[in-house]
Amino acid sequence: MDFVTGLRCRECSRTYPIEALHVCDFCFGPLEVDYDYDAVAAHVSREQVAAGPKTIWRYAPLLPVSDPSPIDLGAGLTPLVRADRLAAELGLGELWIKNDTANPTGSFKDRVVSVALTKARQLGFKVAACASTGNLANSVAAHAARAGMVSIVFIPHDLEKAKVVTTAVYGGHVVAVKGTYDDVNRLCAELASEHPAWAFVNVNVRTYYAEGSKTLAFEVAEQLGWEAPDHVVVPIASGSQLTKIRKGFSELHRVGLLDSEPRVRVSGAQATGCSPVATAFAEGTDAIRPVRPATIAKSLAIGNPADGWYALAAIRESGGSCAAVTDSEIIDGIRLLARTEGIFAETAGGVTIATLAKLAAEGTVRSDERVVAYVTGHGLKTVEALATTVGPTATIDPTLESFVAGVDLETGAGPVGTGAGPVGTGDGPVEIESDFDRGGL
Amino acid sequence: MTVTVRIPTQLRTLTGGTGEVAVEGSTVREVLKALDAAHPGMGDRLFDEDGSLRRFVNVFLAEEDVRFLDGLDTQVTGGETLSIVPAVAGG
Repeated sequence: MDFVTGLRCRECSRTYPIEALHVCDFCFGPLEVDYDYDAVAAHVSREQVAAGPKTIWRYAPLLPVSDPSPIDLGAGLTPLVRADRLAAELGLGELWIKNDTANPTGSFKDRVVSVALTKARQLGFKVAACASTGNLANSVAAHAARAGMVSIVFIPHDLEKAKVVTTAVYGGHVVAVKGTYDDVNRLCAELASEHPAWAFVNVNVRTYYAEGSKTLAFEVAEQLGWEAPDHVVVPIASGSQLTKIRKGFSELHRVGLLDSEPRVRVSGAQATGCSPVATAFAEGTDAIRPVRPATIAKSLAIGNPADGWYALAAIRESGGSCAAVTDSEIIDGIRLLARTEGIFAETAGGVTIATLAKLAAEGTVRSDERVVAYVTGHGLKTVEALATTVGPTATIDPTLESFVAGVDLETGAGPVGTGAGPVGTGDGPVEIESDFDRGGL
Repeated sequence: MTVTVRIPTQLRTLTGGTGEVAVEGSTVREVLKALDAAHPGMGDRLFDEDGSLRRFVNVFLAEEDVRFLDGLDTQVTGGETLSIVPAVAGG
């Protein structure tokens, strides 16, 4: 059984039945899932969670659907890794990375999609659809394949090649739309009205879908020994994930899984080329003006963030901050995380790390805080972003002479065989002229 | 000037189930006011107390968000399609 009592409008509090509804008929405000928290509290325990599946479904009582065999590729329970080398570079103390690149299709979207499609199947849907900047398309196509559902996903035509291939391989419909994500979104909102038999995970089943992001908070608290962090840094696209992470920590206390009331500062990360929330934060206004995105962080390129208001409120209420970083800072962020912690993030992760660096430098994220940065997508999805930046540090012929002449082990990408040394800069490939005839190679 | 207004599912109870309505007006505001006159109750759904578009209501004129144009004062010349679309979460 689940513990859902109904749906409720966040704006005007009108209530709705547990159906495929996402906005209030009256004011268009987003609908939220209501739970019987007292019943959840009486049902859950830390021991029971620990004995559950090693996926998001270990937190089923706080999810909006109950199913003995959910549509599950194994989303969730991703590593929370202590990031001491990155912390040292940023002048921070206790820093953790929630490495959500480790999900089945390489991003946190597996959490929300597993929830959304399990609920959609329960509601009788046989077609799974979405508007996507790429990661959601990957995940919807994969989960639909697993469930034997038809998938039809809509993406901007200029997406990274890897995200197109890793969606199309699952065999569903992949529709490239000549426009931005916001154009795709509008089209899908209209299509959802024309095709009520399709479960658009981020349109008509969005109410359930968005709840999946709470597991990003649940896991962090459990992995920290049932304690909340002091400060989290979260990327902002639509603003839903950030809002739900905050809700997740709060719910854990409400149902007794956290002893004390969490006081988590929530900070948001955006790319300068698409920063409507960071701009509103900086200007001290509630008015989020839509923008036309222009950034390499395509998975965050939502110019008209549906939950931007709520993300902004969550940031301000929690004492967090919001900042934006340039494309070159994003690349630097990806490389910094990779060379200090061995984690390869997509551009959105570069946004998070670069924003973390910025907030740490200005003293907003402090060295006396326990900090968690959410890295939500894998770098292999956006290799184009780095293709002209990193490559071989040397290219040589297959001879000892060429190796000795062409590979500088003392500087370059870092000294070899001298123990701990300074971390090198390792910029770009070093082409070595060859004396040999390459004709036969 | 006659403009075709596309109605989302949530508002079709006010139009007798119809997804497209033709109304007159020379600005987006006039078109939406005419829609309210033809289908009473529509205005309460679209506008807040100040007469501004509600926070989660998006209006597109020929695929362009009117907030990128002149908002409710955006001129229409007739023959266009105006779409009312609820905000959608991310992807």
